[in-house]
Amino acid sequence: MGRRVLLTGLATFWGGRVALALEDDPQVEVIVGLDTKDPNLELKRTEYVRADQSYSILARIVQAAQIDTILHTALVVDSTRMSGRSMHEANVIGTMNLLAAAGAADSPVRHIVVKSSTLVYGSGYQDPYWFREEMSRTSAPSTRVERSLLEVEDYLRDFAEDNPHVRVTLLRYANVLGTDIVTPISRALSMPVTPSILGFDPLLQFVEEDDVVRSLLYVVRNEIPGIYNVAGDGRVPWSEVCAIAGRRRVAMPPLLTNLAAALPGRLGLVDLPPELLNLLRYGRGVDNRRLKRAGFEYRYTTAGAVESFTHAHRLRSTVGQVRPEYKYQQDVEAFFRHSPAVRRDTERLS
Amino acid sequence: MAPPNRRPETVTRAQGGALVHLPRPAPEPGPLPDPRRGDVDEWGRSESMRRLARQLYDPMYRYWFRAEWDGIDKIPREGGALIVANHAAAIPSDAPVIHHGIETELGRPVYGLADYLFRSIPVVGTLWSRVGGVPAHPENAYRLLREQQQLVAVFPEGSKGPGKVYNERYQLRRFGRGGFVEIAMRAGVPIIPIAVLGAEESMPIVYKSAALARLTGLPYVPITANHLLFGPLLGTILYFPAKFRLKVLDPITFDVAPDQERYAKSRIMEEAEAIRVKLQATIYEMLQQRRSVWFG
Repeated sequence: MGRRVLLTGLATFWGGRVALALEDDPQVEVIVGLDTKDPNLELKRTEYVRADQSYSILARIVQAAQIDTILHTALVVDSTRMSGRSMHEANVIGTMNLLAAAGAADSPVRHIVVKSSTLVYGSGYQDPYWFREEMSRTSAPSTRVERSLLEVEDYLRDFAEDNPHVRVTLLRYANVLGTDIVTPISRALSMPVTPSILGFDPLLQFVEEDDVVRSLLYVVRNEIPGIYNVAGDGRVPWSEVCAIAGRRRVAMPPLLTNLAAALPGRLGLVDLPPELLNLLRYGRGVDNRRLKRAGFEYRYTTAGAVESFTHAHRLRSTVGQVRPEYKYQQDVEAFFRHSPAVRRDTERLS
Repeated sequence: MAPPNRRPETVTRAQGGALVHLPRPAPEPGPLPDPRRGDVDEWGRSESMRRLARQLYDPMYRYWFRAEWDGIDKIPREGGALIVANHAAAIPSDAPVIHHGIETELGRPVYGLADYLFRSIPVVGTLWSRVGGVPAHPENAYRLLREQQQLVAVFPEGSKGPGKVYNERYQLRRFGRGGFVEIAMRAGVPIIPIAVLGAEESMPIVYKSAALARLTGLPYVPITANHLLFGPLLGTILYFPAKFRLKVLDPITFDVAPDQERYAKSRIMEEAEAIRVKLQATIYEMLQQRRSVWFG
């Protein structure tokens, strides 16, 4: 019997990529992808369900498809993508409903994997240079995205306590850079000049997008429970990050930085959310050794992730968007998946 | 055009046969090389900046403070150890003397733990960390001492040492809450106390403004004898040429197992106080021997 996986946030950057990777895994029998928007990658055997994250529909899907593994990749960690209220709705309420569905009586779910962020550790001058998984942040969370992620982790902790028969995996990802992902940092590094804070040159840590997908699949395949930081080796000063990306820095004043940062936001150049300003001041480091001890091997270091972004960005700025656009068409997808006219692998195999 | 991340070996799925007979996916490609450019390490230290700082500071160490060591051989040449010392002068002059002395005489790096307040000051915080400063978080100390077996220096008096006015000189303050003893116990390394003479007279405080300290959030805002003599700007950076004498005491080891969750608070306080008493007695002894502030 193969794994039957439910994937949240199928239309998000991570949902689509993880679904693609899962489709290649012969041990995964069924992939059900959930989102409110159409998927933006061409998928072969993932079943897309357009649904919001309300409890009743989740519980029915879990039961009907006999889901044994839930991959929760829908958490929003980039606060520039939506308002604080909708982020709270997506992160906190969405997770709450998902966990309620997974923990319902006679639920078939045996493994839950949640993709969170090292944002939960915050970024402050009292921080240690390396956060281990069991350590907590040194100051109260001051940004919405951090608060919502901490709430999500609280729910997950309660769920793990109430459901000892379910494996719970919490992965906290460092800032991601890579060939395709767009984040406030990648946007900042794509501009002719890159913002920094005068007198500060923080040490940052990145993880490459390929390693993000690989680590998610790794914990699913090997059924690894627990909390893990996921970040590339090494910490690199922001000045060096900009040097690798070939960008000149322009300094913002160290006092009233929030006001100064609002200006490029107003001009529509780059949005610098408060959690990024903290990061550009004090940086953040997490200890990635626990996941390595569990057997995972990173392909990219922190500097490697920056370089991967840089190479992709250079190509993009010369020839434009490399990948063809994909438009989801329900009829076409339904035809390929369900029409008796199509000869499918599974039929030939049976 | 293949979508991203789709590995080509999976086309084998369509070649028929039962699922279990399919070939395993090809082994993952190994790690890629690390394309670093600068020399800033994981602690924020830059070896090139440290070399420059050493070159600039060496004349100060040799000809201005004329630092003289007694018993520097007691500092181990390998393995972790926690160095503690008395702390003085409005802008402490003892930390660079101790660091520079050990690094040049023994040829091994010293990591100086200091208040993380440094980190929040623009420019200063960055320079401080590039030349070797590390915020005094127990986790940082543990990683340095236990996992990396480095030499770490810390001033247990904290900012209360340098914040003394001149007529309190060489009177050791409270040794915090004994956190340095707990760190050494957990890391399983010896504590090596160093008694320092000279720092107190290099930049003595004559007056402290409590109001300005509150306003700026700094631990103290002093007016020093250097200010009175050299003026407000030069007086902030120019030390008096007091003669530095440093005496290394015998290493102190603890017969407790490392890596414990916690250690008895009473034992920690007892050990911290014993070290403080021993350091204070040594300083008094050295002061009895000292003929002149400027010539030692």
